[in-house]
Amino acid sequence: MGATGSAVSRVPGADEIQKETGFSSAHIYRLYDRFQVLDKDDNGVLSRRDLQSIGELAVNPLGDRIIDAFFPNGVETIDFRSFVRILAHFRPTEENRQREPNASEPLNSRNSKLKFAFQLYDQDKDGKISRAELLQVLRMMVGVEVTDEQLESIADRTIQEADLDGDGTISFEEFKKSLEKVNIEQKMSIRFLR
Amino acid sequence: RPPHLPAGINRGSALSLNGHGSDSSGGHNSHDSGHGEGHSPDGLQIVSFKWHHVEAPYIIAVWILVASLAKIVFHMSHKVTNVVPESALLIFLGLLLGGVVWGADHSASFTLTPTIFFFYLLPPIVLDAGYFMPNRLFFGNLGTILMYAVIGTVWNAALTGLSLYGVFLTGIMGPLQAGLLDFLLFGSLIAAVDPVAVLAVFEEVHVNDVLFIIVFGESLLNDAVTVVLYNVFDSFVAIGGENVTGVDCVKGIVSFFVVSIGGTLIGIIFALLLSFVTRFTKHVRIIEPGFVFIISYLSYLTSEMLSLSAILAITFAGVCCQKYVNANINEQSVTTVRYTMKMLASGSETIVFMFLGISAVDPNIWTWNTAFILLTLVFISVYRVIGVVIQTWLLNRYRMVQLEIIDQVVMSYGGLRGAVAFALVALLDPEKVKERNLFVSTTIIVVYFTVIFQGLTIKPLVSWLKVKRSEHRDPLLNEKLHGRAFDHILSAIEDISGQIGHNYMRDKWAKFERRFLSKLLMRRSAQKSRDQILNVFHELNIKDAISYVAEGERRGSLAFIRSASTDQLVNVDFSTQRPSIVDASVSALLRGNPSSVCLDMQAIEEKRKSVRDKEDTLSHHVLQQYLYKPRHQTRHKYSRHAITPNTEDNKQEKEIFRRTMKKRLESFKSTKLGVNYSKKSIKNYKKDCMPRKVNPEYSDIEEAHEHEVAHQDIGISFIASATRQALAETYNGIDNPTFISDENVMVRPAIPPWLSNEDTVVPSQRARVQIPWSPNNFRRLTPLRLSTRSVDSFQMADGPVPEHPRMTLPEGTHL
Repeated sequence: MGATGSAVSRVPGADEIQKETGFSSAHIYRLYDRFQVLDKDDNGVLSRRDLQSIGELAVNPLGDRIIDAFFPNGVETIDFRSFVRILAHFRPTEENRQREPNASEPLNSRNSKLKFAFQLYDQDKDGKISRAELLQVLRMMVGVEVTDEQLESIADRTIQEADLDGDGTISFEEFKKSLEKVNIEQKMSIRFLR
Repeated sequence: RPPHLPAGINRGSALSLNGHGSDSSGGHNSHDSGHGEGHSPDGLQIVSFKWHHVEAPYIIAVWILVASLAKIVFHMSHKVTNVVPESALLIFLGLLLGGVVWGADHSASFTLTPTIFFFYLLPPIVLDAGYFMPNRLFFGNLGTILMYAVIGTVWNAALTGLSLYGVFLTGIMGPLQAGLLDFLLFGSLIAAVDPVAVLAVFEEVHVNDVLFIIVFGESLLNDAVTVVLYNVFDSFVAIGGENVTGVDCVKGIVSFFVVSIGGTLIGIIFALLLSFVTRFTKHVRIIEPGFVFIISYLSYLTSEMLSLSAILAITFAGVCCQKYVNANINEQSVTTVRYTMKMLASGSETIVFMFLGISAVDPNIWTWNTAFILLTLVFISVYRVIGVVIQTWLLNRYRMVQLEIIDQVVMSYGGLRGAVAFALVALLDPEKVKERNLFVSTTIIVVYFTVIFQGLTIKPLVSWLKVKRSEHRDPLLNEKLHGRAFDHILSAIEDISGQIGHNYMRDKWAKFERRFLSKLLMRRSAQKSRDQILNVFHELNIKDAISYVAEGERRGSLAFIRSASTDQLVNVDFSTQRPSIVDASVSALLRGNPSSVCLDMQAIEEKRKSVRDKEDTLSHHVLQQYLYKPRHQTRHKYSRHAITPNTEDNKQEKEIFRRTMKKRLESFKSTKLGVNYSKKSIKNYKKDCMPRKVNPEYSDIEEAHEHEVAHQDIGISFIASATRQALAETYNGIDNPTFISDENVMVRPAIPPWLSNEDTVVPSQRARVQIPWSPNNFRRLTPLRLSTRSVDSFQMADGPVPEHPRMTLPEGTHL
């Protein structure tokens, strides 16, 4: 798996990817390897079924939602760049990076991570998690023993806790606020994607 | 060069099971009773007390019984076992019993002799470790493990020995008849981390997988180093310090490689032998488990005979044979093997610790030298810490997953010494090593200290460290919920982005393994079921399908098709007859009532009453209890004392899997059809319904058969039910599958024909054409083996135009 310079150059657009996501070239190479393994029909793009063939996702409650996150706006396939861009959200946050004033927010900042998670809940992309959407997610994450009534009461309570402006939905700001004590940097970072 | 275990029997530590001085010698002539009967001493005795007759086995049995009873007593109190590790309790018990024996006999009748330990007590423990070793984790971290095992042990041994010698030279220890070599010998036997002790303690402390496998692997693999060092220094001591030459040193280094690699090879050879043998044990299922134990034990003894590392041999025998043995032997045999192994290992460990306690009560061996003992303790701890820190720093530069401070603390603190060190020191020859008794006493103290003190305190230490890093307060509902969601997200992303490094090697190995090893070592039926699973929907092979069904029938698994109970369907024991499982369930579906399969558990549950409770605590409680656990928490973990039941994991996975497949199918139906792309997706959706288990990549299909089969069935019945429900309105029954498929093609292009054909037994158009129509026949054919080609043909043809050359059904079909 030697991540030599020449190997990285095989990866299309490696330089821009590196700049955009902050991955080291070794990682980009490894991810490209992985991309190629996933890309069953070798056409340089991943489709939903490629991701669905990762069996472990089938037993992950949020598996399908996450797959959907890779295909925003109804696109059918993604290229390597988009693939890496999503994964970049899960790089460990660097605490002491200097932020250039004009640079856009890095993909792996706390805010970006939270935005990614928020988008998993918010299916209709209206910037708010409605009660129905929350119920949907809850339903996916609990066992079948939990009845709908119980689930609804949990959802109501959850919204109550987080909803500051009383509109019955959770906006992104409220979402962020409710998680301010949680160590997102650790919970949403994969250690080996430095 | 003396072998690892020089004929231990002659070493003065004889099988001292005979209590010497025991005067309970019941003669078979009961001349003690003094009855008048005995005027003819050769008369018939009705009952006699034949102690010597049964002495040896009786005593062994009694000790085993005592140890087991002790375990029962210990586990009655959770409070105690939570705080004090079982090993410590057993040592205390041993001390107590030793005191009793001493009091009764004034001699140490029972001790842990090296022979018994190395020949009977240690092999089961190590075999258990190897057999249940999580291979992926182990080989993934092999480099790290080797580094700690080899370099770390050498470092510890050398520095401890040298430091002790250095201190000795300063005279603090007083007059000891020991030279540099003696100290080095002592250092080498005290330096090694002990697998028995480590496991015993780590059971209580829940550390993460990587850390666990590193410490555990290290404790197993350092045996090679220990053996070599011990033997080398032992022989040096025998030769005499002055006569040691450079050549001898070089020989020592060479012997390390020979011993370790040789031991491993022997283990692998025996594993191959075992796998090969189990391939043919189909007809002797009752004794199948026996092979596992006998052959593994032989690997241990063979390696011992050739003076190679026996522990490495039996470890690798277990590691390598796992997969094939599990694939080959009958399901009940698998369970038997697992339980027996656990029983032997657990029992051995109990006896070992108990005897460690008993053996200490022997004033003959006790020699006290404060400085020596104290310094030994200090040195081994300090050098371990330093060693771990340096090595970790080095390794972190090359590892994907870094080892953090808390990991290093646990590693240093968890380096326990145990019975292996004790047995090795008991092997020393008092003639050659004058200070043997001192060494023995010190070893005992060290072992007690690490097992008891470090064992007791490691748990609080770890929780203190962990707590220190995170705030301790009750999480909000939101935090719990979203936190768990994050865990799932993280798991998913990890899976998507591929696991930690080494994928290339793993893929290569998997390919090699599939092409050669599996062919040789796995039963053809096991191979087939694995391959078939992979290729399903890719290649239709009716012949295979039929032979499967035929085979399944022969094995009698189709018997439960006859049952009308749907409960049985859902709860069918997937662990039997894997190849035919698939067809059996769907056939049952077909044969049965359309609406009988209710896999929507939710619907069932909704009927149950639910209590309306607005209490906050209830919500928390519900979440706590019912939130699905993320993958990390349910990961298989090695445990000495329990066989992790898969039922919990299975249940969660089944539910999630069902839901996912259902959703995918539904979203599938609503996408545009008739496009090649969607067809392919369909094919792959189906593929997904095939056995997926926790580790998904195709190359890992062979692992975790239980999951495999469970998912297989659920997926199929799932799709079957989903489509059935879809069709239920339009069609009356499905007795005539051919009819349906035709109709489908013409009348309902909206639903791809293949979907309805899922219910039917006819796997492909070509088969349909050839098989005479009668409902009974269809039961025999496995519908699942749809091929892409047949799917395509459904899509593209309005009429049944088979693309493939006609195939006559094989003779064996009994149609």
